[in-house]
Amino acid sequence: MGLEIATTKLEDAANWGRKFSLFTYPFVTACCGMEFMSVAAPKYDIARFGAEFPRFSPRQSDLLMVVGTITERQGPILKRVYDQMAEPKWVIAFGVCASTGGFYQNYSAMPGADQVIPVDVYIPGCPPRPEQVLDALMLLMKRVQDGRGHSQVRHKREQLARHGEGT
Amino acid sequence: MARNVLDALTAKFGGAILETSSAYGDDVAVVKRESLLDVAGFLKSDPAMAFDLPCYCTCVDYLGMEMLTVSPTTPLAVPSIPSALPPEAPRYAMVYELRSIKHRHRVRLKVPLHDNDLKLPTLSGLWAAFNWLERETYDMYGVAFEGHPDLRRIFMYDEFIGHPLRKDYPKERRQPLVRREWTDE
Repeated sequence: MGLEIATTKLEDAANWGRKFSLFTYPFVTACCGMEFMSVAAPKYDIARFGAEFPRFSPRQSDLLMVVGTITERQGPILKRVYDQMAEPKWVIAFGVCASTGGFYQNYSAMPGADQVIPVDVYIPGCPPRPEQVLDALMLLMKRVQDGRGHSQVRHKREQLARHGEGT
Repeated sequence: MARNVLDALTAKFGGAILETSSAYGDDVAVVKRESLLDVAGFLKSDPAMAFDLPCYCTCVDYLGMEMLTVSPTTPLAVPSIPSALPPEAPRYAMVYELRSIKHRHRVRLKVPLHDNDLKLPTLSGLWAAFNWLERETYDMYGVAFEGHPDLRRIFMYDEFIGHPLRKDYPKERRQPLVRREWTDE
């Protein structure tokens, strides 16, 4: 019992650290990228929330920002980038195209990045305003703290399964 | 404006030029497929023509419509219903837009093509810029360019079946490469 409380507290502390040091990987494919630049630039300044540093390497980042339209041809690339990221990791779908495909209903556009990878927070808008992005980031931070991100839940479930096998 | 290009074409090739029109600054010549290479070679190499800039080439699918071989001088007619068309009417038109920087004139070539015989000689040997444009046309419409050095898809992936810009391709038919298993959360 005491051990459980200790590990829970430890997890809380780790999540507190994680939510204030999100390293973003901007997967920018379309015009939403301009809004992403605005979010990252001094006026709105995503750095205020600790998600300061865009790392253009999936292995060094834990927040995948899917910014823009995903085509069917890009699906395998997006999945590969996601798979390369180290656990725990989170995904934000930036704009309607990344969330649902937006106004593209045709042979080439994928109806949302969540067809390929699990998405934690969706941002509507075409493109979304920077305030919306910061709002989404705060929602994600809450999710990180509570341990409700897709990869966190998956990790917990795997741990439980392992524990169940052990006993 | 520059009727002289069309006049030179009709004078030199006669029956190979099916139709010409000149409206709103657009000079259009409808060319038989068999003489496309000769016409294009003449347009490129003749000093009075000197078409040195290939603007674009593309294809038009006139499925269920009467082919507009010439530029309309009156407001567009309502497309006729499919049953009224003769079955042997050409379904596709290959379109080439050429421009001469030297003489500052331009011309548009149209080549009618039939559904069951969708091929024509490549012009990438004359203008290298047509290489990728013809690949795009092949990708989107399935036009086979004979003698093209590298006729592969350029936008769609190799696994894609069909040609998406044909009018009879269902507009929302997707051919996904990868999908996630939704059971994992």
